[in-house]
Amino acid sequence: MTQTRNMLLNVGPSHPAMHGVIRMIMELDGEKIKAVDIEIGYLHRAFEKMCETVMYTQCFPYTDRLNYVSPLINNVGFALAVEKLLGIDVPERAKYIRVIMSEISRITDHLTCVGASAMELGAMSVFLYMIKAREFLWELVEEITGARLTISYVRIGGVKADLTENFMEHAFEKIAEVRKVLIEADELLTRNRIFVDRMKGIGKLSAQDAIAYGVTGPFLRGSGVAYDVRKSNPYLIYDKLDFEIPVGTVGDNLDRYFVRMAEMEQSLRIIEQCFQQIPDGPVAHDLNGVVIPASEMVDEAKMGRTEDLIEDEVSLDPTLQGSTKKYHEKVNADRKDVVLPAKENTYGNIEGLMNHFKLVMYGHGIKPPVGEVYYPVEGANGELGFYIVSDGRDHPWRVRVRPPCFPIMAALPKCLIGDMMADLVPTFGSVNMIAGELDR
Amino acid sequence: MSLLEKLQGKFAADIIETHAFRGDETAVVRPAALKAVAKFLKDSPEMDFNFLMDLTAVDYLFFAGGRVQKECRFEMVYHFFSLKHNHRIRIKVPVDEKNPEVDTLSDLWPGADWYEREVWDMFGIKFRGHPNLKRILMYEEFQGHALRKDYPFNKRQPLIGPVN
Repeated sequence: MTQTRNMLLNVGPSHPAMHGVIRMIMELDGEKIKAVDIEIGYLHRAFEKMCETVMYTQCFPYTDRLNYVSPLINNVGFALAVEKLLGIDVPERAKYIRVIMSEISRITDHLTCVGASAMELGAMSVFLYMIKAREFLWELVEEITGARLTISYVRIGGVKADLTENFMEHAFEKIAEVRKVLIEADELLTRNRIFVDRMKGIGKLSAQDAIAYGVTGPFLRGSGVAYDVRKSNPYLIYDKLDFEIPVGTVGDNLDRYFVRMAEMEQSLRIIEQCFQQIPDGPVAHDLNGVVIPASEMVDEAKMGRTEDLIEDEVSLDPTLQGSTKKYHEKVNADRKDVVLPAKENTYGNIEGLMNHFKLVMYGHGIKPPVGEVYYPVEGANGELGFYIVSDGRDHPWRVRVRPPCFPIMAALPKCLIGDMMADLVPTFGSVNMIAGELDR
Repeated sequence: MSLLEKLQGKFAADIIETHAFRGDETAVVRPAALKAVAKFLKDSPEMDFNFLMDLTAVDYLFFAGGRVQKECRFEMVYHFFSLKHNHRIRIKVPVDEKNPEVDTLSDLWPGADWYEREVWDMFGIKFRGHPNLKRILMYEEFQGHALRKDYPFNKRQPLIGPVN
């Protein structure tokens, strides 16, 4: 009699089919997966520990590096949590800007996920088209924030800079291009026999299991549960926008693909609506002074000739564009204990300079009251929550981030067991695992 | 009737304190009652907390520069969410430094499994009845628990490196 025994197979931590570093140890019976053990932590950079050592504003660069495909959403989530702790509200225009930037990021995230999974199934051209579309969107992000990935754009109480003057036209141009790519990708994939056969009925997760594991985002919606933080707990101005939550039926890879494709279209709709509703920027502002370089203003102020400077505008370094006085108050809360003053005030008068130093000096900074808050936002992969404990000092006592990938990875063995070894690739691709937020 | 009032009506003796800072309803529960409270939150139709959204711990050693003295050093923090009623609640459980151990919730919500492993890894709090309590983010050879306040943030424990 022939004897069979199961084989142990190690995949990762450095493997072409692993997005980021993660290790899976699988027990195989022939090609069937019998058991999976997932090992994470290879990209652990002590995000939570480091946040305890710095001031509130200094946490933003760390949040950029959580989900590095949609860093703006992390920025927004952290800022909203701290604002809840402080009990402040931001101006309307800043809220719209945050929503626009979040939705752009959501599309880039979904494009990466769908494109990469398609590539792994052999559809190389879809990947290239989608990365092209992502590039268009990153150009928009770059135009506003000055960076593509490590943007650190959102501030507590507002955003760093206002939108540029022609941003709306640029955005509509890019949106049209992205729509074209989405239609193209849909034509290439949705009725593609190879793609559908590899995706349909594979990697199933029932709604019940998904809820038990705390799975959220497109993964949960693929299983047919219409839960979206933007609808159930509308933050910023999501309650004023008209959008739908696409849901799947059986919770397989194909459903998750459909959900992501539909969500991108919804995000484009949100961006378009935001541009219709956004309150005016600095157009009507009557600043009739002259524009002088920052160094000149500092020199004048040092000599005490500050009266002439009140009307003047300062010309800034490109990285600070859009944060001069006329833009500043439209996109930042009117709270001197939280928001840095406009650059004209910092350079041109002593009150502004002191205000600036009070916020950036070690031991001063933003000091929220003693307390604890949890603030969830809808990240690209699901509910991204920040839990912050304050002890009344300028450092957070504890920052905890609820990474949306984490429960999905915990539930992944449920999707994999029973499928074939080769099905690991599309199933794992549909998780859109981002090691940055998984391991923190 | 708010969630906290309902919870207090049922578990009056086991709730140490409650607050709703910035609208987040929070109840601090005695460790012995955690399991019963969690079961009630999950099963009772008016609560119906089917999501365990987040599970973490906080170390209160020298909290606020030592000005505030907490009775127990650690606190477990659970965030629950109900899809049906669309409400949230935070449950906290004080954990003693000498015997850092609480009941596992992984039998009620399987998602708690990984979260609890992370808390064990980072804080050294044990979970009674956990099926597979081992480190998750750090490696097995790692000494100590990194998110404890007495673990210096710049301490290095390299497994490899130049010998000199």
